[in-house]
Amino acid sequence: MNFVTTIGLEVHVELKTNSKIFSPSPVQFGAEPNANTNVIDWGYPGVLPTPNKGVVEAGIKAATALHAEIEQHTYFDRKNYFYPDNPKAYQVTQHEKPIAHDGWIEIEVDGKKKKIGIEEMHIEEDAGKNTHESDYSYVDLNRQGTPLIEIVSKPDISTPEEAYAYCEALRQRIQFTGVSDVKMEEGSMRVDVNISIRPAGSDKYGVKAEMKNLNSFNYVRKSLEYEEQRQQRVLMAGGKIQQETRRFDETTGKTILMRVKEGSDDYRYFPEPDLPAVDIDDDWIAEIQKSLPEMPGSRRERYINKFGLTAYDAGVLTQTKAMSDFFDATVAQGADPKLTSNYLQGDVNAYLNENKVELLATDLTPEHLAGMVKMIADETISSKIAKKVFKAIMAGSEPVKWVNDKGLVQLSDPAKLQPIIDDILDNNQQSIDDFKNGKDRAVGFLVGQIMKQTHGQANPKVVNQLLMTSLKAR
Amino acid sequence: MTYFDQDLTSLHADLVAKKISATELAKATFANMAQVDPQLGAFLNLNEDQALKQAALLDQNGIDANNLFAGIPLAVKDNIVTKDLTTTAASKMLENFVPVYDATVVDKLLASNALIVGKTNMDEFAMGGSTETSAFHVTRNPWDISRVPGGSSGGSAVAVASGQVPVALGSDTGGSIRQPSSFNGIVGMKPTYGRVSRWGLIAFGSSLDQIGPMTRTVKDNAAALNMIAGNDVHDTTSSKREVPDFTAGLTGDIKGMKIGLPKEYMGEGIDPKVRAVIEQAVKQFEDLGATVEEVSLPNSRYGVAAYYIIASSEASSNLQRFDGIRYGFRADDVKNLEDVYVRSRSEGFGDEVKRRIMLGTFSLSAGYYDAYFHKAGQVRTMIINDFNKVFEDYDLIMGPVAPTPAFKLGDEVSDPITMYMNDVLTIPVNLAGLPGMSVPAGFADGMPVGVQLIGKAFDESTLYKAGYAFEQATQVYKQTPEVGGAN
Amino acid sequence: MAEERINAEQVQHVAGLAKLEFTPEQLATFTPQLEKIIGMFEELSAVDTTGVAVTSRMSDHTNSLREDVAVKSDEKLRQALLDNAPETANGLIKVPAIIDESGDGE
Ligand SMILES: [Mg+2]
Ligand SMILES: [Zn+2]
Repeated sequence: MNFVTTIGLEVHVELKTNSKIFSPSPVQFGAEPNANTNVIDWGYPGVLPTPNKGVVEAGIKAATALHAEIEQHTYFDRKNYFYPDNPKAYQVTQHEKPIAHDGWIEIEVDGKKKKIGIEEMHIEEDAGKNTHESDYSYVDLNRQGTPLIEIVSKPDISTPEEAYAYCEALRQRIQFTGVSDVKMEEGSMRVDVNISIRPAGSDKYGVKAEMKNLNSFNYVRKSLEYEEQRQQRVLMAGGKIQQETRRFDETTGKTILMRVKEGSDDYRYFPEPDLPAVDIDDDWIAEIQKSLPEMPGSRRERYINKFGLTAYDAGVLTQTKAMSDFFDATVAQGADPKLTSNYLQGDVNAYLNENKVELLATDLTPEHLAGMVKMIADETISSKIAKKVFKAIMAGSEPVKWVNDKGLVQLSDPAKLQPIIDDILDNNQQSIDDFKNGKDRAVGFLVGQIMKQTHGQANPKVVNQLLMTSLKAR
Repeated sequence: MTYFDQDLTSLHADLVAKKISATELAKATFANMAQVDPQLGAFLNLNEDQALKQAALLDQNGIDANNLFAGIPLAVKDNIVTKDLTTTAASKMLENFVPVYDATVVDKLLASNALIVGKTNMDEFAMGGSTETSAFHVTRNPWDISRVPGGSSGGSAVAVASGQVPVALGSDTGGSIRQPSSFNGIVGMKPTYGRVSRWGLIAFGSSLDQIGPMTRTVKDNAAALNMIAGNDVHDTTSSKREVPDFTAGLTGDIKGMKIGLPKEYMGEGIDPKVRAVIEQAVKQFEDLGATVEEVSLPNSRYGVAAYYIIASSEASSNLQRFDGIRYGFRADDVKNLEDVYVRSRSEGFGDEVKRRIMLGTFSLSAGYYDAYFHKAGQVRTMIINDFNKVFEDYDLIMGPVAPTPAFKLGDEVSDPITMYMNDVLTIPVNLAGLPGMSVPAGFADGMPVGVQLIGKAFDESTLYKAGYAFEQATQVYKQTPEVGGAN
Repeated sequence: MAEERINAEQVQHVAGLAKLEFTPEQLATFTPQLEKIIGMFEELSAVDTTGVAVTSRMSDHTNSLREDVAVKSDEKLRQALLDNAPETANGLIKVPAIIDESGDGE
């Protein structure tokens, strides 16, 4: 029997605001336990939420990046459930009128492009954090109230591979808006998946299994692959799929049953009476959208059409906003796009990987990279010298000044090179003889001698030309 | 020192003229409270040390002649949080709870140099109309100590009515300021929703709750509302409208004022003696040159059902934070997390609170939301529309506050439905977010009866204007109760 | 209207959602009380609310938004908050072990 798979993703993204969504406490990692909390975060008797304008604006940005329709009259709801990290025993979220709905993003799998629909995107508060130790659990409310956006996909994803690509595309687009770091490893992006299968030809969705908080995009793919197989096995054997929550075991690569859901949870949603509605008019949307940076797709097109880069190069350069911004800034300084792209993808990326740092954390600036690239292009420095210059600019040096100070400007002037060549030929009669006898290796030896004499600064092209002429003349 | 013969203006004059020092006034107030309150039980907790310290400081620095409240002792309902002063909401759940911040109204009281003498008894979490659901003790009506003071702001009403303080703050979710004010013969204002910040008011029904002043006279009430009103950044539902001087229109002249008397407020279920007092009040208003005409609020009869669904639903959610984890009561010998929740809540809350939590949880639960919570929200809209329609032609609405005068202690507490029906006349005002005030109007069987004045949103001024003219014409407020009073 | 509106089993279910427990004796009193009150609620079913909007927020304005500025509490407040908690350890709130990890309703 053939099956059709339907996958849904709910992705939580932590917004990078200064303060929390409903309290002025700082949003910041690594503080002392409960240091970034106040009476609102603790759900004290008598407190009221004060909504953060920055969160609404970040929501508008993210919605725009997802091509979603922004709700002009949006409001908050309460979702009620008891949990130690949930101080009010309700989460303030958006249930009836989320800030955005009906968006899409494009993914590409095996060269084929596909649009994946976004059902809705809402803003809400994060919970605190529990840690567990034998008989007790410990609650830190620093994270309580951190703003989140939750992005819910439409049932358009039909393979684990597409789910992976969706995560990548989503992360990339959100990251370009600047509203979040979207880092799985730091929990600023969290992925819940659900998957169901049905026999081909059937128009009724199968029963869903859910997996929460997968730790990487790889695990998203792997857990879905496993789950797809498992559900097929159950159905083929005549069994039934139950609605359940499962956990992905990273060591075995299998999913494990955690609990069977009977009906849906009863969260008793209702409109949050403590918060006035939020009206978002066209002017406000336009103002926010004006401040939005160019999205990766449009950047890629520009790199290909305007700069003549390959699609591959354009893809690598737009993987992070930091890299793409750096590239644009370097090219804006007059550096050759292709050469800049090669350096960023090659030496710069190698440096970042080797030192495990992020581009913006290094001492490299677009001005310095452009300075070096320009000197390579106009042959002020040789590619050999460029290796030294690269080290210098990674250490923060201004390349033109550094090259001049070190006297490393390439020697291309024939008037300066000819005497050196003549001198070397005068002292190497054996090599001249070898050359005359057809031994080409002699040329390489002579070039080496010239480079040694000039400390590598001689322009190899000019040296070659002058040497051949001189040899033939001898 | 009792507060029967003096109002804020005369007290202030005495303090400014140094006829009495703030310390003397505070000491006399506490001495009187010690004398009177044991029979009544208006207070849960006194703030004597702090108040006397504040008074001494005031005497040292001098009373500001422009600050009516400097050195004035007043009482605060115990669901309004006071930093470093135990605040219980009359619940075992918060028996030893010491707040770490002040409510905005408390900030304002303190900024005006008023002295908080203590926290007043109430129905647990403001749920009730007799103050009998307090986890700690009952409060008695000073006009007849066998009767209830009303509620939920029963302690605040009694503290004022028995002359212990000139001003007390209450809160009103479905009538909790107006009904005890009526039962005790004092003036109680439930301001427009959003007029007074709710920051620091322990939430019951968030879309209904308002803090308001309870006083012996209309003028004092207007001055007190001016002190506590205004937009607050901590309460984003609080209105940004300018707050007018509520004492400005107190001229006694209400000629030409148009008053609507809803026929639904005067019908079946209203004690004939109460009706008689209101009919007398109608005559009085007409004598003052106002016109009073019958109007209709056809959907007000659905108010009780809509209100108990909405208020209980909001309460069920608001009270979930009392879970035994971050503050307040935690049950002993809990074995696991579920125990912490279930036993702390089951032992910490009283029956009426549990009843409301159950009703609210039910009304919001899957399968019932549409028929109950959603439907109630629609009926609420219809009730609002009823009021809007009347206010197209009338300046204010008048009627009774409660169907009966204060009833006997223990009479109704066991029957929730009867209890809930008592709120039928006050509830629509909360559902519509309008200002409503109770002004002493007369007596039935020796117990005070108030007239309710209901105004347009943010038009408390008209209520005060009308209330003042009525009060000055009737002088009912000059009568004093059995306990604390002279006659 | 002899129809049963809420039975003891439903009361138990609602109590579970609300994290309350009742003894059999309490249930015997509570259930008929709740049933009566819910019966009173059902008066609303007689009201024709077709096309009527729901009122759920009472504020006279929209968009009361705060600028995104962080304010850190002082250590004194942090200590006061921790002091009010029934049990703490190392600046954390302590509770008996959380067994059901899936309670997280994000
Ligand atoms: Mg979700
Ligand atoms: Zn969520």
